[in-house]
Amino acid sequence: MKRRKMDLAEAPKTFAKGVDDRFQAATPLRGLLNKVFPDHWSFLLGEIALFSFIVLLLTGVFLTLFFDPSMKEVQYDGDYLALRGTWMSAAYESSLNLSFEVRGGLFMRQMHHWAALLFMASIVVHMARIFFTGAFRKPREVNWVIGILLFLLGFFAGFTGYSLPDDGLSGTGLRIASAIMLTLPVIGTWLSASIFGGEFPGELIIGRFYIAHVLLIPGILLALIAVHLGLIFKQKHTQWPGPMRTNENVVGERMFPRYAMKQGGFFMAVFGVIALLAGLFQINPIWLFGPYRAAEVSSASQPDWYVMFMDGLVRLMPNWQIYIGNYSIPPMFWPAVVGLGALFTLPMAYPWLEARKLKDKRTHHLLQRPRDNPERVGIGMMAFTFFMVATLSGANDVIADKFHISLNAMTWAGRIGLLLLPPLAYYISVRICLGLQQHDREVLAHGVETGIIKRLPNGQFVEVHQPLGPVDEHGHPIPLEYAGWVVPKKMNRLGALAPAVKGFFYPVEKPAEAPVSPAVEAIKREEIKSGR
Amino acid sequence: MTAEHHAGGAGAKPVDVRDPHLTRFDIVKEGLRRDDIEIVTYESQFHGQNSKAEKRVVRNIALLFLISGAATLAFLGFYIWWPWEFELGHTLSDYYTPILGISLGIGLLALGFAILAWAKKLLPHELSIQQRHGDPSSDSDRLIAGQTIIYMADELGVQRRPLLKGAIALGMAPLGLAAAAPLVGGLIENPHKGEHPMMYTTGFHPSHNDGKPVRLTREDGSPIRPEDVSTGGQMTVFPGIPHGATNQHADSPTLLIHLRSDDATVTRAAADADPRNRGSMWGDYVAYSKICTHAGCPASLYEQQTNRLLCPCHQSQFLITDNAQPIFGPATRRLPMLPLTVDAEGFFVAASDFKDTVGPDFWERP
Repeated sequence: MKRRKMDLAEAPKTFAKGVDDRFQAATPLRGLLNKVFPDHWSFLLGEIALFSFIVLLLTGVFLTLFFDPSMKEVQYDGDYLALRGTWMSAAYESSLNLSFEVRGGLFMRQMHHWAALLFMASIVVHMARIFFTGAFRKPREVNWVIGILLFLLGFFAGFTGYSLPDDGLSGTGLRIASAIMLTLPVIGTWLSASIFGGEFPGELIIGRFYIAHVLLIPGILLALIAVHLGLIFKQKHTQWPGPMRTNENVVGERMFPRYAMKQGGFFMAVFGVIALLAGLFQINPIWLFGPYRAAEVSSASQPDWYVMFMDGLVRLMPNWQIYIGNYSIPPMFWPAVVGLGALFTLPMAYPWLEARKLKDKRTHHLLQRPRDNPERVGIGMMAFTFFMVATLSGANDVIADKFHISLNAMTWAGRIGLLLLPPLAYYISVRICLGLQQHDREVLAHGVETGIIKRLPNGQFVEVHQPLGPVDEHGHPIPLEYAGWVVPKKMNRLGALAPAVKGFFYPVEKPAEAPVSPAVEAIKREEIKSGR
Repeated sequence: MTAEHHAGGAGAKPVDVRDPHLTRFDIVKEGLRRDDIEIVTYESQFHGQNSKAEKRVVRNIALLFLISGAATLAFLGFYIWWPWEFELGHTLSDYYTPILGISLGIGLLALGFAILAWAKKLLPHELSIQQRHGDPSSDSDRLIAGQTIIYMADELGVQRRPLLKGAIALGMAPLGLAAAAPLVGGLIENPHKGEHPMMYTTGFHPSHNDGKPVRLTREDGSPIRPEDVSTGGQMTVFPGIPHGATNQHADSPTLLIHLRSDDATVTRAAADADPRNRGSMWGDYVAYSKICTHAGCPASLYEQQTNRLLCPCHQSQFLITDNAQPIFGPATRRLPMLPLTVDAEGFFVAASDFKDTVGPDFWERP
């Protein structure tokens, strides 16, 4: 028998056949390659969080190779002269060594920290997009809840992470965390003693936070991110309303190759921005803070930005202690425990609350423009304003210092602002939404303002409007129905401007002939241009 | 809104993909038909192949790839050869991290933009429509699933056999508890154990010093004489016991203040009016716990002119001349006062431990 020659050209085919024989991959693969994704810049905000998370995993693994999560007291003898001879925990020492004595270690540490800040920031912005466009409505309520859990987990991942170096700042944060646990009625002291393994700070907390930070929290995060993305895939992405778009279809482009390439390019860009931030902007210079000592703190002790709202709420809380017989509830319990709890559970319940209020049981795949649900925008802006006042109050000592304002005045401004500004934000944003709605309806009913003023025989001046649709026998536009999407409000959007010429210094192509509507004559086009 | 049927989607006619006359695009379209997708528009971004504009875009993308390669190579070069070991003073090593960031950042951004430009400028523009098919399962399927589950429960027969029901509960609950107990139990620490519970004692408790009063010391452990603190001055002091100045005694740091005599008179009057703080001052000296009663940060900003202590964490302010009562901010409780005296050798000692509980407040504080 003749030995068969291997045919290289046939190899991929044979391989693919073998794969399909075993895994029946061709049919699902076809579905994956053909999947259609709607495209809009605002759909990419969550992606930034995903990409930051990948950077976090990559840099985090590197950091674990050098970090020693131990609170054993050692005397520093490293390259950073200012701290030589100082007693410190092994965790702090290894963080210093990581920054000074590992090639590129500081760069990796800063990248990890910047990626964490970007992760949380993009989650917040992504969440705002979901909220204001109503993307959380049925059938996506569960994914909204998962998203909030992701923020909460990110919050704890961040807190445990910046506690690990055991520097002056992070020790202060731990002390406050211990105090927050102590405020819990009945179980407070037991909880704090159990977590810290005795009295604060004990010798166990860094090791415990370490395992939470590198294993438990990222593990849950990873699982929830997988579910989050899986649900998006299964339920298909929402889309904006517009031509051809209905609640039953997805209008966009196929995932491969163009959409996937754009994702890949975007990942590289996000990665690049994190690298630039990490290289150029110093973050958490632990060597300046020194090791943690219970007796020392610097002014302007702020947590990372996503924890600042909580610190701000704690600062603003008046000193109201509740006494129940021989027992008492310290005031910090309300902002730090109840406040944090409410800030997470209320948004989780929001999709069902809104559906109940609107008696809306339908399935929604089309997004709403924020203006079309003024009440939701109002509530969202109210929450956002509350968050902003709380966050700014978390830095009120720095603001007081830099702008020469009395510290007590800043506290009072925060207290009053926290109560007054959110309702004001609600009112203003609802009015703005209604105004925008009104203007859309106006253009649909009367047409676009052309900027051409006509003088009537009786001396009256009127502005000529360009109808967007057909007109009746008097030349008045027939009112159009609002379709939930952008209404053109400028003549340019209707093609009144000549097409742009391609090329930066000189035209690369002869411009295509401008499409001229038979209704608009060439002379009129000139008039519009000169009228600007 | 009703579902619309699009030509080319579900409406298009199936084709035989083995037909040799079909182009590759025809086969792709057949795949799209099977997935209920219709391509509405699919057009090149350029007029004709190899147009001037297309060549220009291709050149730019190639340039971006080359920039990326160059910057990434530069990153590797800097990583290997740039002096990176930290030295004090202004040296080239100060720029190691920035130069890594700039080179890697440019490399990644250029790569990202190259891929983005390729996708956005070179690939044909398309508009496709896919039907969602988000319909729930059919009523009969729902019924079948539900009935199957109920049938399975019937098979187990828990409803018919009440004895099993109770036995399951009694038999399996202990196992659950047994699984949880070692996890939780090992962690639990009693905060109130011992003769001197940790919540209520500090390093100044005589039990740390064989029952003798504990000296006030500096961070290096040296004891303090009254004349070591100038009038109007203050000093952070620690218990004079082994490891007294370390985090083992994180609730012990204390602020020793030498008041001006007129302030001291006011302070003493206020202290003597209070049953717990009576007689705790020594001369014009007063000592307050440095640990804020709000969240436990050191309340270390001493305003000499207004006689206030300010905690930099949450801005609680305490009035020194009035038993360190809180006068602004979120703290509700005054800073505990350490009873002061001077031993035979003329050094400050604590007459006893703090009489109030030191540190952040909690539920069962006496």
